[in-house]
Amino acid sequence: MRTTLSLILTGALTVGAAAPAPAHAFLDHASPAVGSAVPTAPAAVTIWFTQGLEPAFSSVTVTDATGQRVDLGNVQIPPDHAEQLQVGLKPLPPGTYRVNWHVVSVDTHPTQGSFTFQIGGG
Amino acid sequence: MDCNLRRAAAIAAAVLLSWPGAALAHGFAGDRFFPATILTDDPFVADEMSLPTFTRPPPAADGSTEYDLDVDLSKRLTPDIGFTVGYGWKSVRPPGGPSVTGFGPLRTGLQYQLFVDAPHEAIGLINLGVTWGHTGRVAALAAPDFTTLTPGFDFGKGFGDLPDSASWLRPFAVTGNFSMDFPTKTESAGTPNPNNFNYGFAIEYSLPYLQCCVKDIGLRPPFNQLIPIVEFAFSTPFNRLTPGVTTTGTIQPGIIWAGSYFQIGAEAILPATRASGHGIGGLVQLHFYLDDIFPTTIGKPISEWW
Repeated sequence: MRTTLSLILTGALTVGAAAPAPAHAFLDHASPAVGSAVPTAPAAVTIWFTQGLEPAFSSVTVTDATGQRVDLGNVQIPPDHAEQLQVGLKPLPPGTYRVNWHVVSVDTHPTQGSFTFQIGGG
Repeated sequence: MDCNLRRAAAIAAAVLLSWPGAALAHGFAGDRFFPATILTDDPFVADEMSLPTFTRPPPAADGSTEYDLDVDLSKRLTPDIGFTVGYGWKSVRPPGGPSVTGFGPLRTGLQYQLFVDAPHEAIGLINLGVTWGHTGRVAALAAPDFTTLTPGFDFGKGFGDLPDSASWLRPFAVTGNFSMDFPTKTESAGTPNPNNFNYGFAIEYSLPYLQCCVKDIGLRPPFNQLIPIVEFAFSTPFNRLTPGVTTTGTIQPGIIWAGSYFQIGAEAILPATRASGHGIGGLVQLHFYLDDIFPTTIGKPISEWW
């Protein structure tokens, strides 16, 4: 029993020691925050991820309640902040907006997600 | 081709192979990440390894106690086809007797990812499991002296497509499976080997999903990586019945912490029928995501190694 347990634990620790390599990128937090209500229209949406992103394969769009794009299409990942995805917004009236993101982490793992935020009300 | 162009081409190829409808390593369907469940089979092909799963089942109906140590590996052959291998060591102490130790049967499986419906966070997989005879301690630990074939269907469904009025229910997801045992011998040592209908499901509430896709309630690591879960699994013999042999099953409430490279799960084990034992057991599992730890080598499908 002791030998078997030692072998298994040694194997587990060996596998674990191989980390860290880049992994799937998950949303860590966003501004405006996921599901939040903000009093005034933000100038941009910024999302922070748990891993660095591949700029050529990472995007974010923002749509209004009718599905119309309201972002400026100027998606960028700041050079010194590879985990950050940002897009500018047109001047927005009060309402509910949906953010859709598709990203590829630097090790080619794709992930996606979406969330809403509200301007005014709340 | 310069280095950047080559890298972009490699990434593009990887993305095309896996995005958006094709099967992904890990349990992804659209916005939904399904963690590897412990009791019930996962509805996705993957490059993952449980090393180890330590189980203390509830005391059996005859009063014997048991400890199990299992290792399980899932590996993708192609993006949609995978296989599984599992083996376990156990120690059983009958009432008033000495402990008996040894290996249980070798378990293998061949899987095909039937569908991944991203918008509806739905995922399905068919598999053929094989429990191999004479690969464990037959006489002392009742490991089978016959091989059993078990075709099955595994599924998962996230509730991210619920309307805004039910947004707090969106982090819920269900996974489950149905399978049938076909033993290759109808009886062993005078005891019939029935066909069993196996069914199970898991209900989970994903705090990562709540944080990323519904509402940021301010959870930070490690709490924003927790997934409370309840698993149920049952097995019902429906032919070649032996008196006293009936449905067995357990209910297992617990929690999974899902990190970037591995997850840790812990569950209580509650017998769901009188024949399933009495009292409370428990388990813990350390589960590695090989595709994240070794993304460019053994974490890729074997078909992409060359």
